[in-house]
Amino acid sequence: METFLQFLDDYTLRNVLLGTAWIGVVSGSLGTFAFLRRQSLLGDVISHATLPGVVLAFLAWQRREIGVLMVGAAGTGLLATALIQVVDTRTNIKRDGAMGVALAVFFGVGVLLLSMIQNLPTASQAGLDKFIFGQAAALVQSDVIVLLVVGGAVLVALLLLWRELKIVTFDPDFARTAGFRVTILEGGIVTLIVVTIVIGLQTVGVILMSAMLIAPAAAARQWTDRLSIMVLVAALVGGASGAAGAVVSAFGPQIPTGPVVVLVLTALVLVSLFLGYKRGLVWHWRRQRRSRKLADPDTVLGALGALESAHAGTVRGHPKAVVRMAVGQSAQVGQALAVLREAGLADEHDGDWSLTERGRSEAERLGRDSGG
Amino acid sequence: MQAMPPALEVNDLTVAYRDKPVLWDIDLQVPTGVLMAVVGPNGAGKTTLIKSVMGLMQPAAGSVQVFGEPAGRQQVRRIGYVPQRTSVDWDFPTSVRDVVAMGRYNRGGRWRRADRRDAERVARALATVDMEDLADRQISELSGGQQQRVFLARALVQDADLYLMDEPFQGVDAVTEESMVAVLRRLQEQGRTVLAVHHDLRTAPAYFDWVALLNVRLIASGPMATAFSECNLRETFGGSAPEWANPPVTAAG
Repeated sequence: METFLQFLDDYTLRNVLLGTAWIGVVSGSLGTFAFLRRQSLLGDVISHATLPGVVLAFLAWQRREIGVLMVGAAGTGLLATALIQVVDTRTNIKRDGAMGVALAVFFGVGVLLLSMIQNLPTASQAGLDKFIFGQAAALVQSDVIVLLVVGGAVLVALLLLWRELKIVTFDPDFARTAGFRVTILEGGIVTLIVVTIVIGLQTVGVILMSAMLIAPAAAARQWTDRLSIMVLVAALVGGASGAAGAVVSAFGPQIPTGPVVVLVLTALVLVSLFLGYKRGLVWHWRRQRRSRKLADPDTVLGALGALESAHAGTVRGHPKAVVRMAVGQSAQVGQALAVLREAGLADEHDGDWSLTERGRSEAERLGRDSGG
Repeated sequence: MQAMPPALEVNDLTVAYRDKPVLWDIDLQVPTGVLMAVVGPNGAGKTTLIKSVMGLMQPAAGSVQVFGEPAGRQQVRRIGYVPQRTSVDWDFPTSVRDVVAMGRYNRGGRWRRADRRDAERVARALATVDMEDLADRQISELSGGQQQRVFLARALVQDADLYLMDEPFQGVDAVTEESMVAVLRRLQEQGRTVLAVHHDLRTAPAYFDWVALLNVRLIASGPMATAFSECNLRETFGGSAPEWANPPVTAAG
């Protein structure tokens, strides 16, 4: 506890915490649209494809400020999406195939470049290999300022384009007929996704950054049916996991931030899947149980009578599931059957329910009464 | 005196998918103020025709004119559009009211937000299609017929003079279908024009007053009484078409 308080007091670490939380907020918000547009895999391709750009930018300028590296990362990230588009439209290779190849090729080139520059004297302190799994502690104050500004710009763009993003995500064809420039907007969305990924690279790493984009949205979807709330919840989930990742990895220099962030995210997604108010499994089960009314014994008696007269002559039982379907409305018939057995009107053999003599005459009397 | 231009005029329209023609040399005129059904077998290019007019598909050749002007981006904005309901993901986190409001997103300038007039127009459209009680319902909880009505309401708030609808009655029960037809009739009474892909040959003559018979080529088009002939239907659907087992019911009255 004391270490933790000391930690919060530490000016540098507070910077790191702020930076990572902010990355989570931005990627959670924008990731909601990537998630709803089913572009999760595209996010993964882009983040892997940024690696060669990071190394190339470092080689070109011999500097490792985050702004410089971000330019290179965005460059190869966008190049990968453009190539996917070309392959998708100009060849008979399907889009997912194009994405798989782009991911492997760009990441492969990135790793190759990375191992090549390890032999350069300037590269030894650069710590570019930290970009693979991410290291929040490497953030310096000027980096954090860049993150805040660029991330803030992404959020402002998201707010200004809210309606456009919404209609293009829900129904792009309709948006086009209504006069929206869908091609430009979709390009804009991909560009925003690239920028969002790029600001998280150093902290979360190229391999796991796409989880930062998609997982908060997946968790948020379980809690709400409104887009605006979903974006807010996703921002919250992203921010909390980013902060948690920064704190945990700050305790040991050997702990990479990315994997910690992803573990926290996974936990939040799991909790949401079970407890999420709108779609969580627990609420789903509860609603299902409640909507299942308890069947009234007379109804069940009538249903059993109807089942038996449908099989006239062949006296046989019916399993509970069949009785339930005969009653209809997915009612719970177990209790009613127990009442009938108690009263000596029905009996069970090997899981099959049938009427007793008395039950049969009682069912007939009920049928006559209701028949008028 | 100059004749009023037709609501929609399609000239020499050819659309191909990988060198295979989906629509071949279509010449179609839709006069202002008619309810026209587009009928034809599966794969006849009915949806392609609608999408080409709406600028969603690139034709190989031909031109489209809307109220006498070439159908560019601005002109197409003036057409109300009801796409097939399966064209979107209904699991999107939004409400019925929100989807209908999208029909007015293109009103005014970049900075204009929805105002009271928009909200009233949306409410009125929801009432017209009998969906006011479900206005705040999450769209994933709708039945197929309700989804269809949401799309119709979204087109209504566009206040268009020409409506293009792709199977507006698909997945709709008989009662709802009747009430949706009443909505189309009201559009016609207001002088608007409707072109709708329709699947049911038995109801087509009762619901629509004009028809276009399509099977890659345009077989015939014109008033229901003349164009919807047994001869034209045979040519459109082929002799063995099961739909043709029942002769069409002529419009009552």
